[in-house]
Amino acid sequence: MYAFTYHRPTTVRQAINLLAKNEDAKLLAGGHTLIPTMKLRLASPTHLIDLSQIEGLSGIELKGRSIVIGAMTRHAEVATSPVVRENLPALADLASVIGDPAVRHRGTIGGSVANNDPTADYPAACLGLGATIITSKRRISADDFFKGMFETALEPDEIITKVMFPLAKKAAYEKFRNQASRYALVGVFVSKRGSDIRVAVTGAGANGVFRVTAFEEALKKRFAAKSLEGLTVPADGLNGDIHGSAEYRAHLIGVLAKRAVAKATA
Amino acid sequence: MPAVAMTVNGKAVTADVDPRTLLVEFLREHLRLTGTHVGCDTSQCGACVVHVNGKALKSCTTLALQVEGASVTTIEGLAAPDAPLHPMQQAFRDHHGLQCGFCTPGMIMSAIDIVNRKGFTLDDKTIREELEGNLCRCTGYHNIVKAIAAGAEAMGAGRKAA
Repeated sequence: MYAFTYHRPTTVRQAINLLAKNEDAKLLAGGHTLIPTMKLRLASPTHLIDLSQIEGLSGIELKGRSIVIGAMTRHAEVATSPVVRENLPALADLASVIGDPAVRHRGTIGGSVANNDPTADYPAACLGLGATIITSKRRISADDFFKGMFETALEPDEIITKVMFPLAKKAAYEKFRNQASRYALVGVFVSKRGSDIRVAVTGAGANGVFRVTAFEEALKKRFAAKSLEGLTVPADGLNGDIHGSAEYRAHLIGVLAKRAVAKATA
Repeated sequence: MPAVAMTVNGKAVTADVDPRTLLVEFLREHLRLTGTHVGCDTSQCGACVVHVNGKALKSCTTLALQVEGASVTTIEGLAAPDAPLHPMQQAFRDHHGLQCGFCTPGMIMSAIDIVNRKGFTLDDKTIREELEGNLCRCTGYHNIVKAIAAGAEAMGAGRKAA
């Protein structure tokens, strides 16, 4: 790890000022991506701004027809939250299959969303539910937030404070894990909220999380696994690596989408 | 160098550290608590698992500065040197839940964390699923799973007796 200056602000305002003042500064949430990346010297921020001592950045709340989750809320808290389990079980399920138990005690929703790893789980839930990312400046819809691999709409001096998920009548997440890393080889999140039907895929896209409009159209006619029979996703633009070819991932998307819809309608 | 303060195995500790110091380095090299091991150093193997404020975490992927003010428990903190072993340690001994022993501190810290979250009655499937962040390279899982089930039960019995 290269040397850095460590900061521990106690307010979002202080954190933003530190971000604005130091060009190579990075925010530290749970650190379960950033610290390994720094250990490998793939990242070398000169300033690290630890968000853990800022009050009010963590917690889970039911607000009207939405669940609002603070950016520093750990995966384990989402996975075991009675509010999430009762109102949006698909989201609790998703959080419960991230990494392993020790990782889930540290990793945060804000960190995962801001990092936008193309194989991370939370981006699929955000796009698959039509979540709103709430920052220190504005509200950004998930459709506008994820810009590509490790890229988001966040500006350099902007901090995610909350993520708001609308409740969906039917929703489910199915994940095919990489056995070693526990990241999604492919993960598919489906939801039905009135006429808004979403199928979001993580792990497969060369540009990160994406929606499968062909599947969504088919599910609009009837929200059932049967509606997806015979439909496929082209392998163009999908990741291929030692863990699975683009064709294999394309196949998995179809399989997992059907399983997710079956789970959501069970 | 910034200062860090935490409680480790019930004792208050303060030190000035290079910000890069990982929690596991702090424990092993500053405090000489070498029971916590570094296996993979990439948050996969779990040899470095300790409890911070009662929850298991991987100390190779956490900066010492990040646990400011927290209470840390390592394998050394489970039982006093002259006291009987912690029930989970005893269960690993009784059920031959280790061969070379390198992964054992992390296994035991994770096992106690599983009991804290899932209770004293654990089936094989739960234990194996919950243990996915701990690797043993002596292929000793079968006995580790047995040891954890027995250790969980013993912890439950201990609680009732107390």
